[in-house]
Amino acid sequence: MPGIENANPFAYVSTETIPQSPPPTAAKGVAGWLKTNLFATPRDTVLTIIVALILLWIVPPMLNWLFFDAVWTGDGREACLGEHVGACWAFVEAKFGQFMYGRYPAELRWRVDLTGFLLIAGLVPIAIPSVPYKRENAIYLLVVFPIIAFMLLTGWPFLEPVETSRWGGLLVTLVVAIVGIVVSFPLGILLALGRRSNLPIVKTMSVIFIEFWRGVPLITVLFMSSVMLPLFLPADVSFDKLLRALIGVALFSSAYMAEVIRGGLQAIPKGQYEAANAMALTYWQGMRLIILPQALKLVIPGIVNTFIGLFKDTSLVLIIGIFDLLGIVQQNFTDTNWISPATPATGLVFAAFIYFIFCFGMSRYSAFMEERLDTGHKR
Amino acid sequence: MSEQAAPAPAKMEVSETEVAVELINMNKWYGEFHVLRNINLKVMRGERIVIAGPSGSGKSTMIRCINRLEEHQKGKIIVDGIELTNDLKKIDEVRREVGMVFQHFNLFPHLTILENCTLAPIWVRKMPKKKAEEIAMHYLERVKIPEQANKYPGQLSGGQQQRVAIARSLCMNPRIMLFDEPTSALDPEMIKEVLDTMVGLAEEGMTMLCVTHEMGFARQVANRVIFMDQGQIVEQNDPINFFDHPQHERTKLFLSQILH
Repeated sequence: MPGIENANPFAYVSTETIPQSPPPTAAKGVAGWLKTNLFATPRDTVLTIIVALILLWIVPPMLNWLFFDAVWTGDGREACLGEHVGACWAFVEAKFGQFMYGRYPAELRWRVDLTGFLLIAGLVPIAIPSVPYKRENAIYLLVVFPIIAFMLLTGWPFLEPVETSRWGGLLVTLVVAIVGIVVSFPLGILLALGRRSNLPIVKTMSVIFIEFWRGVPLITVLFMSSVMLPLFLPADVSFDKLLRALIGVALFSSAYMAEVIRGGLQAIPKGQYEAANAMALTYWQGMRLIILPQALKLVIPGIVNTFIGLFKDTSLVLIIGIFDLLGIVQQNFTDTNWISPATPATGLVFAAFIYFIFCFGMSRYSAFMEERLDTGHKR
Repeated sequence: MSEQAAPAPAKMEVSETEVAVELINMNKWYGEFHVLRNINLKVMRGERIVIAGPSGSGKSTMIRCINRLEEHQKGKIIVDGIELTNDLKKIDEVRREVGMVFQHFNLFPHLTILENCTLAPIWVRKMPKKKAEEIAMHYLERVKIPEQANKYPGQLSGGQQQRVAIARSLCMNPRIMLFDEPTSALDPEMIKEVLDTMVGLAEEGMTMLCVTHEMGFARQVANRVIFMDQGQIVEQNDPINFFDHPQHERTKLFLSQILH
């Protein structure tokens, strides 16, 4: 209190408002960055040098194998034999069509290309948030495109039929992965809601379904679908092998998806459910408008994790005699025209690269979506 | 708070014939625990009722029964002439007419303020989006935050969020408003802005049931104060007599502890 003698030594009255000032800046430029991030302390300096040596030891041979010593052209194994020969890219070049389409007839591969083009034409605009007509786009992708894709790929009913046993390579990988993803996501949501339902029958059925599919390995599921299922069915009923694999993969991953989504549902505060109820929203309105948008956003990393796992697990269809990308690459190792020490490694690196492109793409897109959907509501 | 102590305007009329909410011998249990015991309460249209009591006395549970966020096991609850039973249609009918404001606001964090306000009118009342937005802006202006309409709840202060929650309820044009400790989660500096909004609402004749510890608010707007303890209504009276001449021992003890 001004004007009054105050004996308290701690008495204090502020006389001015301290203005905002910018935070202190660390040393700028390349040198500053190096200093703070690589050579801040003696220990950091030692670690930096060790890591640099390891990189020097690994990276040049790797580059040599991949590019500088690699064989880029050739018609057969002779090109890839020799002392210091790296990757045999000529092998990949010669087999590229097979890797992409399997044994799909060469003169009909335009149908696969067209399907791929139609998919990208639908996928790109829906993935970019600012493009309008999202609803029409979604209808195209979920209703129109699958029908066209089915007709183009199988040929039914107008075009020359191509049996699914002739499909292979990246085509099969993508068909299995995309169908698995598209089916497992909504099914997973329904199962997750079912498992949290108050209705005892719905709940029990969901729990049994989820626990059954999570409890068996995917290999078992695929084996059962291809070996055991025909034993139980009448002799004249024959299911397409690829279709059986598709159903198996889709149900299997929907169980995982359900548990990921249930985790998200559990993280939504009770107040959100209560507010939705108090506004007279119905159960499905509340779920669709309030609960699921928040819950799904929370578990984007888990959902994408499941998608990526599913994408890579498609390679297991090899064991029931369906040649996906990895399967067809491996099958070609035994081609006598191309047997060489470098062939298997080259084929596997190529397959890994293709898998990586798709999985990394999904991962980056999920990171982008997470950032975009962040409304900064951590209370 | 001098302007708050002004006498209530004449607009705050209570209907003598029209019943808004009626609880008859209402009982509720949580498992074995008897939370609400023989509650009898008749709220007339236009009444402003403040419900006070120690924590765990069942006051929140009681008002949550009125819009069926909690289920009662015995007795009757009649809201706006509709008896609450297991009939989901009846429950929705009641919820359409009863607005609720929560202690923790419970705004929808993934929607903007405007979307929070228009959601129920659009989906429950089937109102065209444009009209719902007009109504929402009207109520956001009333709670004095129209400029925040396109922000997300996470960007607002607690007091602003609670005012949005009130506006959101009003957008459904409810006949009855329930408040469940609307100021308990707020910083002291923000309590007044929310209470002012509630006073304004009371002055317009809204039927209100408020669970609150704001005794100044009770004195100013309530025409009845209800005191609950251990699941029972222990005492009810008009605010002047309730605060100045409490009868029950429990009420006296409670008041002595909160009014220093």
